[in-house]
Parts: sequence; structure tokens; C-alpha cells
Amino acid sequence: MSYVLIIGAKSDIAKEVARVYAKNGYNLYLAARDSSSLEDLKHDIEIRSGADVELKEFDITSYDTHEGFYRSLKKRPVGVIVVSGYMAEQTAAQKEWIETLNTINVNYTGALSILNIVANDFEKERLGFIVGVSSVAGDRGRKANYIYGSAKAGFSAYLSGLRNRLYDSGVTVLTVKPGFVNTKMTENLELPQKLTAQPEEVAEDIFNAQQKERNVLYTKPIWMLIMLIIKHIPEFMFKKMSI
Amino acid sequence: MGLISWGMYPIVKNKKRSLRDAVGLAKYIENTDEFIPYGNGRSYGDSALNENILYTKTYNYFMDFDEQNGLLTCQAGVTLGEILEAFVKRGWFLKVTPGTKLVTVGGAIASDVHGKNHHTQGCFSECVEEFTIMLANGEIKSCKKGDELFHATCGGMGLTGVILSAKISLKKINSAFINQTTIKTKNLKETFEAFENYKDMPYSVAWIDCLAKNEEIGKCLLMVGDFANDGNLGYKSKKKLSIPFNFPSFALNNLSVKAFNWLYYAKAKDGVSKQRVGIDTFFYPLDAIENWNRIYGSGGFTQYQFILPKEQSFEGLKEILAKISDSGKGSFLAVLKLYGQENENYLSFPMEGYSLALDFKIETGLFEFLNTLDEAVVKYGGRIYLTKDVRVSKETFESGYPQCDKFREFRREHKMDRKFSSLQSKRVKI
Repeated sequence: MSYVLIIGAKSDIAKEVARVYAKNGYNLYLAARDSSSLEDLKHDIEIRSGADVELKEFDITSYDTHEGFYRSLKKRPVGVIVVSGYMAEQTAAQKEWIETLNTINVNYTGALSILNIVANDFEKERLGFIVGVSSVAGDRGRKANYIYGSAKAGFSAYLSGLRNRLYDSGVTVLTVKPGFVNTKMTENLELPQKLTAQPEEVAEDIFNAQQKERNVLYTKPIWMLIMLIIKHIPEFMFKKMSI
Repeated sequence: MGLISWGMYPIVKNKKRSLRDAVGLAKYIENTDEFIPYGNGRSYGDSALNENILYTKTYNYFMDFDEQNGLLTCQAGVTLGEILEAFVKRGWFLKVTPGTKLVTVGGAIASDVHGKNHHTQGCFSECVEEFTIMLANGEIKSCKKGDELFHATCGGMGLTGVILSAKISLKKINSAFINQTTIKTKNLKETFEAFENYKDMPYSVAWIDCLAKNEEIGKCLLMVGDFANDGNLGYKSKKKLSIPFNFPSFALNNLSVKAFNWLYYAKAKDGVSKQRVGIDTFFYPLDAIENWNRIYGSGGFTQYQFILPKEQSFEGLKEILAKISDSGKGSFLAVLKLYGQENENYLSFPMEGYSLALDFKIETGLFEFLNTLDEAVVKYGGRIYLTKDVRVSKETFESGYPQCDKFREFRREHKMDRKFSSLQSKRVKI
């Protein structure tokens, strides 16, 4: 049976992604900090689908442990999905460097560190899929969350380049750009519900897009249109706007 | 804007908090004046609406499955659909399921839902071996049938506490298909006879043409069935159609409803016919269209569901169906069913008799009209289903639920009335 490795498995989106892959016949490595807190999820998935679920201790900002971590997996995964994300409050990140640094490290540096290792391995084997959960916030910097957005922009650019590099080896790379999602991270925000996806919806979208070997996924799909418009507002206007 | 109910009426501002763990919940209970638990938002009216809402669908781990006895323990936010997805292929089905699988286990208990097999299996509480619930003081209690807390909570509309987990008993099946028989009748008398003739079939429900007049009143399609025994357990949730926006309000006028009812009725063969259908088609026909509630337009709708004691059903239904037909306020769907015996729960809806459920678009004059239907329901000794209701008066409610004072007393005694409340509970003063 094939294993899928989910990095950042504690998030609400990751939890649903894990369930969807298990439901469709994959076994799972769930990697996160304090992974023992995922015991309930492991048990849940085993009852639902009978998949084998292994919990793996993993810290995305401990870069020097990543190589050893990847080598320690008993079976090479057929796919790796990076869901890790950290969204500091914008004003906090503006004032405190540590918040900015953590945002960059979790969303960008750490993701690259583990994916470089995975990409080299998949390229050699000429097999596998990579999914990176980025964000619509990376499509254009806005004053409301440009620090988070710029880290995600970097990650989106990385995934685009990686897709280009791995094309010849048959390894697929999917960039996921969720808009608003109802999760722990957004619990206290007032989100327009018509533009807001449920995590289980995002997870189904990710699975389907990955299986169809698509390149970029906006979820909900309406966000492709919204970001297309936002990206095309001329800068001299955009700089005066509050969106 | 916050959470809305399935009927999209009323729209009220509310503050949502998601349930994630018991520790967080205890704190929330302590720090929140009054709130109501909310599952997957399938109650039609205002029974799960309030200023503060506890959203429980996020609390959804499967905890244990006893393969030997078909006993599933899960957290209250798990939906029935998730249970089917996991277990139909292994030969298990819900003992009792309502007409949508998009409800949570907690919601199913709080509404003590029932389905096409009420006459043989009773309500959802029949398959609940035990459940745990957090009370107003933050204490977690486990209870089972026989406990007062059990009988107050099953059907108690979330007003006794927050259901955390439940152990429910599943039913063994040997097929994911149902052998269905459809009986087309010409009037209410034939419809009642058909229900009686087929009462040994485990599942039955009738779609009634509410716009029929005079001697045709009560003509229906009665669908009865039972699981096949062919060993084919292939089940995959159907891909859903979706209604992406609220229809303009003129979309569902009298004519279009008439056309729909006529087409549906005309499609069926005369007399008795047989079909083999899947679980989703048989049990959850409307789930196939995501957000079907939007066809009534942005003003919302309500479902009027009442039940009459069996001896009074024929007279009562004839009178009420005539009123509906005369009013021209036809409904997209009218569902008739013969129920089995009443249970001991304080506020469960079912009693032995016939229940009719119809949708009405919210419009001027509707509530006045429904009040006149209430009068007939009260006259014949019937009751209104709280899970569907958005407007019933305290008096009509009380006349249908003789145990409501026991429920009130129980809530007072355990200080539940100060913590758990909904717009509905305030209206009918429970």
C-alpha cells in the first residue's frame, strides 16, 4: 500500500486532507510537532477507512532534522503534501521581528527545506506527487497581511519553479491557493460565508486536483476570478485602496 | 452575518464558536450567558438559533467500533453521511435515519429524529445505547435509556446541555440496494388503505399531491421497501447537483409547483410497480441537490409538519388538506407517513398516527394561514414538529406536548434554562 506524507498535520485542512486520502485507499504519515496529540485523529481515520496511520514527530523550522526525518520513513511516500502554515497577526508581525521571522520560516523556509529533499528523491525515482498549500494572500501584497502574503508568494514561486523542473521526470506539483476557510486560524474573523470554504471541501478539491495532475488550484474556485481582478488593479490605484 | 438555519428564516445576528474539546467547552459554558448548540444547520426554523451559537460539527472523531455488535462510538459532530461512507461497504446501516444524511449525531439525538421505518423501529433514540453530555455546570454525564436526562435530552432540542459523544447501534445489511414498491392511489381513503396493507414493510413514505381538490384529495405515491439481499455493498455518495444562488422569488409560484407535482405523479405507473434503487435515492432523494433550500428564494421558507392521532387522522387530514388546497399556497413537497407508537421522551414528536410535512415559502399572510392549520391540529389532538418549526405559539405547542411541564421543571432544577436557550425555546417558553 502507498503512503502519503502530510506535513503540518495538525491543521484543520490537514485533518480533512488526511481523511480524504485514507478514504481513497492511501496510508498516511502524519507529521507535526507534538505529534502524539494526533492520536485521536489516527484512531478516527483507522476506524473510518482501515488505513494505516503513522504519527511522525516533525518540526518544520528544525531544518537540519529534515534529511534524517525523511530517511527514517519505513517506506518511501508516493506523495507529499505540505499544509504547514503560520499566520501572525499583521500588526504584531510589523512590530515584532520574531513574528515576522516565524511567518517566513514556517510558510517558506521550512517548506523549502523539506521539499528540496523530497524533490531530489522523487526526481531520481521519477515518481511521486507534491502538493503545497500556499494562499491567495501570496498573489498580491496587501496592507492587511503582506508579511504572511509575501512568505506565501515566495512559496508559490518555489512550487511553480519546482513544477517546471520536475516536469521531465513525471513528478507532478500542485499549488493550492485557498481563499477564506473556516478553521481554527480564522475562528475569530468575520468571513463572508459565500466566499468561505469548509476544510472538508478544500480537502476534496485538493485530492481531485492532485489526481487529475492539475497545476494550480484555487478553492473555492471563485477566488481565481477575485484574484485575477485584484492582480490587475493598477498599482497607482491599488496603493490607495483598503481591501 | 452569522449562521442560518435550513429555512434561511429568520436571519439573526449571532456569534459562533466552534466546539473543539471538552476543556474549552467548559470554559465557554462558564463565560457565556446563554447559547444553543448547532450541528450541521439542518433544522428548518429557529430551534438552533440564538445570539450565541456553539457550532459542533468540528467535534467529529470516530472513537470506537465494535465490529462484533455493530456499535459505533463517535463524537457528536459526526454526520450520518460520514457513518454511511465508512460502514455501508462493511455491511452496516443506520437503524434509524431521517430523510437527510446531512445531520449530525448530536442533532439527531436532540431532535430525536425518525425516518421511513418509524412504524417498525421508532425514533433515533432507540439506537442510542448511551451518550455523554456536558451540563450547565460543566460536568460531563453519561446516560442511557431509563435515565431522566436521557428522556429529556432525546428530543430536547439541545436545551439540556451539549451532547459530546454517543454510542449508537448499527443494523446489519447485505446490500446497498433497496427493493422498492410504488403504489399510486387516487384519494385519501385509498392512501390510508395502502399504508395499512403495507404496514409490515420496514420502510414506507408517501408523497402527496397537496393541490388536488375534492374527490382527489389525498392522492399519493406510496413508496415502501426493504433492503435487498444480493451481497452488493458498493456505495459511493453521489456527486451532488448544486443550486448556486437563491432563486428569484417568482421561480416557485403556484403554477410551477403544480407542474412539478403533476409531473412527479404522472411519471409513476398506475397501480403497483417495483423498482430497485440505491440507498441515496431511497432514503435521501433531496440530498442529491445541494442547497435545495435556495429554490424558495432569499426570503426563506418553513416546513409545516404535524401529526394527528391515528383515530383522528382521516378526518383531520381531509380537513387540513382541503384548507391547503383552497389556499393555493401549495408546497414543493408534501410527505405523508403512518407512524408507530410514541416513546417516553418528553418532547419527541412522533405518536401513533399520520404525519404530514409541507414546505411553504415565507410570504405575507403565511403565518396567519398556518395559525388556522394549527387550530385544526389542536382540535384533532395533534402536535407540531419543533425541528421544522419557526412560528408555533406557546399554546399550540403545549396542547400537543403533554410532558412539556416535566421538561420545564427538569430544566429549572438543573439550571439548564439559564444556559441553553434558542429563539424557539424562548417563544414557546421551555
